[in-house]
Amino acid sequence: MDLNDTPEQAEYREKVRAWLREHKDEAPPRQGSSEDTSYIDARRAWQGKLAEAGLAGVTWPKEYGGQGLGPIEQVTTNQEISQAGVPGILDAIGIGMLGPCIIAHGTEEQKSRYLGPLLHGDEVWCQLFSEPAAGSDLAAIQTRARQNDDGSWTLNGQKVWTTNAQFASYGLLLARTDPDVPKHKGLTMFIVPIDAEGVTVRGLRQISGEAEFNEVFFDDLRLEEDAVVGGVGNGWGTALTVLMFERLTIGFGSENYGSSARLGQTIAADPAARRDSNIRHQFGEIISELLAVRFNGYRALTLLQQGQIPGPEAGLAKVTLVNAGIAATDLGADIVGPDALEADSEWSYLISFLPGLKSAGGTESILRNTIGERVLGLPPEPRLDKGIPFSELRAKEKEALPS
Amino acid sequence: MNLALSDEQEFLREAARGALSRHKTIAAAREALENPDALPDLWSTAVEAGWPGLLIGEEQGGAGLGVFDAMLVAEECGRVLAAVPLLGLVPATAILDAAGDESLQSIADGELRPVYVPARPPSELEEGWTVDPPSGLARAEAPRASVEGEEVVLDGSVAFVPDAPGAQLLVAVGETEDGEAVAAAVSADADGVSVESVFRYDATHPLGHVSFASARGRRLAVDADALADAWYVAQSLIAAESIGAVQTCLDTSVAYAKERFTFGRAIGSYQAIKHELTEVLRRLENARGVEYYAGWARGSKPEEFPLAASAARSTAGRALDFAARSMINVHGGIGATWEHDAPLFFRRAELSRRLLGGTNDATDRVAEESLKTAA
Repeated sequence: MDLNDTPEQAEYREKVRAWLREHKDEAPPRQGSSEDTSYIDARRAWQGKLAEAGLAGVTWPKEYGGQGLGPIEQVTTNQEISQAGVPGILDAIGIGMLGPCIIAHGTEEQKSRYLGPLLHGDEVWCQLFSEPAAGSDLAAIQTRARQNDDGSWTLNGQKVWTTNAQFASYGLLLARTDPDVPKHKGLTMFIVPIDAEGVTVRGLRQISGEAEFNEVFFDDLRLEEDAVVGGVGNGWGTALTVLMFERLTIGFGSENYGSSARLGQTIAADPAARRDSNIRHQFGEIISELLAVRFNGYRALTLLQQGQIPGPEAGLAKVTLVNAGIAATDLGADIVGPDALEADSEWSYLISFLPGLKSAGGTESILRNTIGERVLGLPPEPRLDKGIPFSELRAKEKEALPS
Repeated sequence: MNLALSDEQEFLREAARGALSRHKTIAAAREALENPDALPDLWSTAVEAGWPGLLIGEEQGGAGLGVFDAMLVAEECGRVLAAVPLLGLVPATAILDAAGDESLQSIADGELRPVYVPARPPSELEEGWTVDPPSGLARAEAPRASVEGEEVVLDGSVAFVPDAPGAQLLVAVGETEDGEAVAAAVSADADGVSVESVFRYDATHPLGHVSFASARGRRLAVDADALADAWYVAQSLIAAESIGAVQTCLDTSVAYAKERFTFGRAIGSYQAIKHELTEVLRRLENARGVEYYAGWARGSKPEEFPLAASAARSTAGRALDFAARSMINVHGGIGATWEHDAPLFFRRAELSRRLLGGTNDATDRVAEESLKTAA
C-alpha cells in the first residue's frame, strides 16, 4: 500500500504546481456571487488561462483541445488547484459531463463549433434534464419537441434545478419527440442557445435566499435540424453517457472537509465543548465517516489507475458525505448557539444549503435503490410503466389521482 | 497511489479462508454456548498457517509481516466466527518484537502462546493508563508496577482480557509510581498470577480476569509509544474481525431477501428491505476504507495510527451492531431463534462492542486525536 505518486505522476504534479505558483496571483477569489457579472467574467477568464495551460479538459482528447490524459492526472490537477487556494474551472458541468457527451455523440460540425469555446470559458453550458415532474424518474420528462415540415423543431416545456443557466450560452436538453412509444424510447437530445427567443431563465431561490439554480422555460423555441445530438429517438442513451461522466466527477478530489475542519476548530476553541463527551462522540463519528470517504476515494483511484471504472457503489460516498456534512454543521451550530443562524454566520449558509444537497445528483432513496439492485443484486421494485406508450401512461397517472 | 491488496496479501487471505473452512466454526460457535469443549482446536490450525509469527521477524522464525496482514487474517476469522486467539496474540507479539524479547522464537514456532493484557493510553479526559473494569462505567487503574533491575513486579487486576485462558505468557502493562508505563512478560504460572476464565454471551471469545499479586516478570525494553501502539493494534484487529462478521451478515441477509417472498414479491424488492441492506453495505464499505487507513498508517505513517485504528474500531463496531440486528430483522422470526446463525453474529456484536475499552471509547479517541491537530 502506497499513497505516493509514481515518478511519472510526481513529475506531472510538479508541472501543475509550478504553473499554479507562477500564475495564482492572476486568479479571482474562490468564492463570489453567481449573480455578480464581473465575478463570473473573471472566473471565465481564469478558466481560459487554465485551459491554455492544459489544466482544463485534462482527460479530453488532444484533437479537441484537451490533454488526452487519464483520471489520475485529472485528480492530481484538482488537488493542486485546491491546494493553491485558487478557484478551479467555472464550467465544471460543461467540461466534466456535457463536453464529453458531445465528443462521444456529436457531429463533426458540433464538435468544431462548440468544444473550443466551452473549454475556454467563452461559452458556459448548462444541463437541461430535470423537470418539476421528472427527477429520479428522468425518462418521465414532458418537455416536447415537435418537428416542423422544414425539418426544424419547436420546443415547449420547463426545466428546473439548472445550475449556471443565468450566465450560460448553451444547454444540452433532453426532450420528448415521440410520446406514442414507451417513455425511454421517444427521447432526443438537443443543443439549445439560451439567449434565443422563447427561452426564459428565472432564478430559483433556495432556503438561504440565494438563487444558485434556475428554472428555464421554453415557449415555441425554434431549433434547427442540426441541433440534435446523437440522433432522433436516441436521447436516453445519450443522457446515460452524461450520467456516466457525472459519476466520474463525483467523489474525486473534492472532499468536503470545509465544515468538519471548522467544526474541529470550533470544538478545540471552546473548553466546555472540548470536554463534553456527547460532543466528542458526535465529532468522532463524523470524522470517522469522512476518513472512510477519503480512503475509499483512494481505493477507487487505485482501481481507476488499473483501468477499471468505479461502479455505482461510489454513490454511497455521496450519501455518507452529505449526511456527515449535515451532522457536522448541526453540531458546530449547536456549540455556537442561535447566532449560528445569523445571515452572515459561516454556519448559516451550510445549514441552508445542505438539505437540498441530499437530493442533488440523485436523491438518497434513488441511490439506495440503484445500489441495492446493481451492487447487491436485489430484485427491482415492480414498475407499472414498462412497455406502455408515454401518452397512455400519462392518461393512467391522471386516472389514478384521487378525485 | 496504490491502496489495494498485494498478490501476497490476496494469497494470505485465501489461505486463511481455506484453512478455516476445514472446521465447522459457526456450528461450533452454537454448540459451545452449551458445551465450551465443542470449540475446535484452531490453535494448531493457526500454528500450521504461521499466524503466531505474523509480526515476528524472519530471523526469529516469524513471517515479518505487518499489522495489516494480521488484520486480513482476523477478517477471515470474523467471517466464520472462528475462535483463533488473535486479539491476545498479535498485540502481544507487537510488544515482544519491539523489545526483541527472548520468547519470540518459541512463539513463532507455536510452542508458546502469549496474550496481551490490554491497557489504554492516557487521554485528555482520562489521565493515566487504565484497564477495563470488572463492571461499571469507571475505568480501573492499570496494575501498579515497580521495576527491580531486569524485573517488574506487578500488582492489580485487568478484567475481560481476550484469549487469556490457556495462554502461557502474559504481556502486561503497568504504571510505576512516577506515572511511567512499563511492560512485563509474566509467565502464566508465576507466583501471584491468576487467570479466572470467564464466559460472556459469545463462546468464540474466551475471556479472562487477570490479576497480579506481587507477580514478577521480565522487564520488556520498550517505551510508552510501543505500549500505546499495542492498544491500537488490538483496536485494529477487533475492527477487522468485525468487518469479516459484517460481510457474512450482509451476504446471508441478501441471499435470503432474494428468495423469501411476501405478497407475491421477493422481499428484497421492497425499498424498506433494500435500503436497510444498502445501509449495511454502506457501513461495511466505510469500515473497510478506514481499515485500509489503519493498515497503511501502521506501516507508513505511525503518527496517524492512533486516529486510524480508533476510527476503524469505531466504524467497524457500529457496522457490526447494525448488520447483526439487520440480519435478524430481514429474516423475521426465524432470525431470532437458536436454529439460525443470526443470533451467533448478534452475540459476537454484543460482546465485541464492550471489549477492549468498548466501541464508544474508540469514537472518543477519534475526537481526541482530531482535536490535537484542529487548533
